[in-house]
Amino acid sequence: MAHDAEHHDHPDHLAHHFDTPKQQFEAGKLGMWLFIATEILLFGGLFVGYSVWRGNHPELFEYSSHFLDTTMGGINTAVLIASSLTMAAAVTVAQRNDPVKQDKRPILILLLVLTLCGAAGFMVIKYFEWTHKFAEGWYPGVKYYEKPSDKSHTWDSHAGVIGVEMTTIDTVDGAPTRGDLGLPDTVTVELPAAAPVAVAPDHFLADKLAAVYGNDDAAHAGDPHGADVTTHDAKHDEHEQTHPLQDPHRPRDAHIFFNIYYMMTGLHGIHVIIGGIVITWLLIKSFRGQFHRDYFTPVDLGGLYWHVVDLIWIFLFPLFYLIH
Amino acid sequence: MADNEHNPLHAHDDHGHGVGHIVPIKLLVVVGVVLLILTWITVAATYFDLGDGNIYIALAIAVIKASLVALFFMHLRWDRPFNGFIFVGSIAFVALFIAFALTDSSQYQPDIKEYRITSDLKGGDSVDAQKKLEETAAQLQTDAPSAE
Amino acid sequence: MSAIDTQPQTPVVVDNYLNHTKGVLSWALTLDHKRIGVMYTISVLLSFFLGGMFALLVRTELIAPGEGFLTQDQYNQAFSLHGAIMVFLVIIPSVPAALGNFIMPIMLGAKDVAFPRLNLFSYYLWVFGAIFFVVAMFTGSLDTGWTFYTPYSIDTDSAMSGVIPALTGAFILGFSSIFTGMNFIVTIHRLRPPGMTWFRMPLFLWAIYATALIQVLATPVLGITLLLLIMERAFGIGIFNPALGGDPVLYQHFFWFYSHPAVYIMILPGMGIISELIAVHSHKHICGYKFIAFSSVAIAIFGFLVWGHHMFVSGQSPLLNAIFSAITFSVSIPSAVKMFNWLATLYKGSISLNTPMLYALSFMFIFAIGGLTGLHLGTLATDVHLHDTYFVVAHFHYVMMGSALIAMIGGLHHWWPKITGKMYNENLGRLGCILVFVGFNTTFLPQFVLGSQGMPRRYHDYSNFLPEQVELYATYHMWSSIGSYIMAVGFFLTAGYLIHSLFAGRRAPANPWGGRSLEWQCASPPPYDNFAVTPSVGDCYDFSVLEWDEKEQGYRINEEARRKQAYPGEVADRSGAEKLDGD
Repeated sequence: MAHDAEHHDHPDHLAHHFDTPKQQFEAGKLGMWLFIATEILLFGGLFVGYSVWRGNHPELFEYSSHFLDTTMGGINTAVLIASSLTMAAAVTVAQRNDPVKQDKRPILILLLVLTLCGAAGFMVIKYFEWTHKFAEGWYPGVKYYEKPSDKSHTWDSHAGVIGVEMTTIDTVDGAPTRGDLGLPDTVTVELPAAAPVAVAPDHFLADKLAAVYGNDDAAHAGDPHGADVTTHDAKHDEHEQTHPLQDPHRPRDAHIFFNIYYMMTGLHGIHVIIGGIVITWLLIKSFRGQFHRDYFTPVDLGGLYWHVVDLIWIFLFPLFYLIH
Repeated sequence: MADNEHNPLHAHDDHGHGVGHIVPIKLLVVVGVVLLILTWITVAATYFDLGDGNIYIALAIAVIKASLVALFFMHLRWDRPFNGFIFVGSIAFVALFIAFALTDSSQYQPDIKEYRITSDLKGGDSVDAQKKLEETAAQLQTDAPSAE
Repeated sequence: MSAIDTQPQTPVVVDNYLNHTKGVLSWALTLDHKRIGVMYTISVLLSFFLGGMFALLVRTELIAPGEGFLTQDQYNQAFSLHGAIMVFLVIIPSVPAALGNFIMPIMLGAKDVAFPRLNLFSYYLWVFGAIFFVVAMFTGSLDTGWTFYTPYSIDTDSAMSGVIPALTGAFILGFSSIFTGMNFIVTIHRLRPPGMTWFRMPLFLWAIYATALIQVLATPVLGITLLLLIMERAFGIGIFNPALGGDPVLYQHFFWFYSHPAVYIMILPGMGIISELIAVHSHKHICGYKFIAFSSVAIAIFGFLVWGHHMFVSGQSPLLNAIFSAITFSVSIPSAVKMFNWLATLYKGSISLNTPMLYALSFMFIFAIGGLTGLHLGTLATDVHLHDTYFVVAHFHYVMMGSALIAMIGGLHHWWPKITGKMYNENLGRLGCILVFVGFNTTFLPQFVLGSQGMPRRYHDYSNFLPEQVELYATYHMWSSIGSYIMAVGFFLTAGYLIHSLFAGRRAPANPWGGRSLEWQCASPPPYDNFAVTPSVGDCYDFSVLEWDEKEQGYRINEEARRKQAYPGEVADRSGAEKLDGD
């Protein structure tokens, strides 16, 4: 054993505490699988939230799912599967690359670039999906229950975003109402002044919110102007049907669906971005010709991570987009 | 892990083909195509209304797709069984968590419904938004200390 | 195979991990698991000092009824800080990250953990998370308790600035714990040298392995829980907030899915240490090796099935209450298996009452009480009476402090010669242990009575209770506070002689106690690479091959006896020790 160890060439990429490259490779692989297990449990928590809400309130999901764009989701699924395929192929190519001749290096680089394009494409589509949802009024969190709580607020003219294209997300507005709520500042949405529409707040939720977040705000909300707007707005019947908050068929707590959706796709999106960074790093090392049949562990492990991102999306897609 | 394998003649094997399984590109492409077809099927399946059946079909297809990715793209088919065990084990723990949380929450749903009905009634006529707001606020204010 | 079981090295200053390289940076950027272990140990002990100070503040405030020297808010902050520091910064990292980092690879016969860089990274994550967490709690006057129950943690104004930073700190600490766990599992799977089969591993390694499994499987759920709570507080996503239609009981499920297994992250490594201490200091083969090994894994798995027993009176449905109560009792089986095996090991052993052994015996006494009172709390009906009283406080201090921390201190004494290369004063050590043991029981035994008589926990003052209650509680509270001072004296004494030993201690032999596992086969302190040659392994609990070396003042392996044991041949010498398990 000792004799062998001395004759065993100890290449640069073999750390001092490992005896053989095989041992090092398998340690890395086991480590990655354990990390994958932690990722599954991290997302698992969100799947628990999903199951509890879907199990007890299926109506939220049946109603809200229609607001998601199945085509976009489907395209994104295809994009991720394709990039997973190129990533898996990249591992194979790296395993076949000759350390000296570097014969497979161009293909390896090409495959990694394609994978990276997949990641970028996914995020671009996701961006459009999210902004589209915002434009429809499905904001995440408390912003969803925004209501005319302050007269000076521009609510009357264009607070609603009903059926109007959102043009810019402009400034951070330190509106006093948000301060009163003890919440972070909001992003105001600038809209053409030609859209004089207002939104009825979700009475029940908004009221509870006001009560919970302090007297001041409750007083604001009880202000006759606020009440004015809500009654006045009932006349805008054309827009009522399109805005989620005004849909009479909207089940109570429909926002929970969207918040779970934003949490899950958001966390998934963060993982896509991290995956993109990892692939970029692999790409840089591939340019330098550092991966070959004797040393390809990073490609393999990076690939495993990327497949997990794909795996999670494989479940997210039917669970959110395909509910009837 | 037996050390007598490490004799210098075979050392090269250890570095190259001995480490990790090489999956042929053709096989990967076939799996990729199958995955895309399954995606198409799962979307198509939603156009048929099968009641509760839809979600089971969607989930079954998702499980098949996930297994394909894990077995072929992630090399689990050729990997050490323990790595697969970790993977399946972590999913089992999620399932355990879901099972308990779902059982519990479905048990107390009736209480929540009952509470909501009574509190809505206390909230008054929904046409009179102002009155309802004040009453709900008052209600919550009085409830608040006991919530601690 | 060349000869491996090397003799203790000669007493000259040899190259070891402490003097291998010099300078602050050589420590701060080290990838050596031993140095990282030492840095963890120092950090954990400093946190222990801090947490202990808060405990003394709390006990001093409660020494007599009426408003003491702390205001209500200060009192709330003091006990919140005490609890959070002790749980997150002391007990959870104490054995796995601190002692485990140092001992585990050597015990296994490896040169280092599988991922040394990740190991250093998780240390710095820990430091960063710890500072973040403590500062957030100080400045933000966090008053949610360590459980962050919703909706209070969402609504509370007084902690406006504190909740989110504290959650972030706990999130970071969680990741540090996950990475350590991953590292240890991979090390134990992939870096075992030839001959170190699963069933030749010392039981400490089994315990560390089971702990690492929990760390990897449970901590990510804490991560997502904290993330959801941060989102809930920052944006109002409504999942946990009943005002927005959310479900606060679901939050409790999330929280306890991690935090109950976390209890086993705290106690399991302690049990592993005790298995070592009992066997080594009784100089007798551990009884029921496989039972102890598998009971560690069983505890790890059962630990995941009982989280609901924290929610008996906080909104969980009766069905689940019954289920969780039933499963809770099953956890006591593997724990009892361990206790009986330790007792059987002691039986007819030649026991040396060294400091580590005294700690081990204290552990067994205290853990028996702590474990059995857990059954009272797992029973639905009694729990309704005892919930949120001092009974609960006493119970978990018996397990967390009296068991987990006492085991850690015992382990520290056991491996102190190995870590520092110095022997401490044995008599002072024994005195310190007795003071801690007496002090501990004086502090917490009265609290069982307090709790069963109805004294609620977390109270700053109880002087407006019924007069007879005040009178009764005052006596027990006074005794409890006096006990805490005795314990403090014991710990300060311990700190004193341990620090003294660093400068004036006798040089430690390689094997002062007569241990047989691999760490006793390398010099004290160990050389930089642990083993010059990858060692081969025998039965780590067969002490029959050891003999006392008068010159070294330590034990050494009798080569002839070892050879006879390794190759029994016609001399069937199977007396005493059990035969090897997995050959």
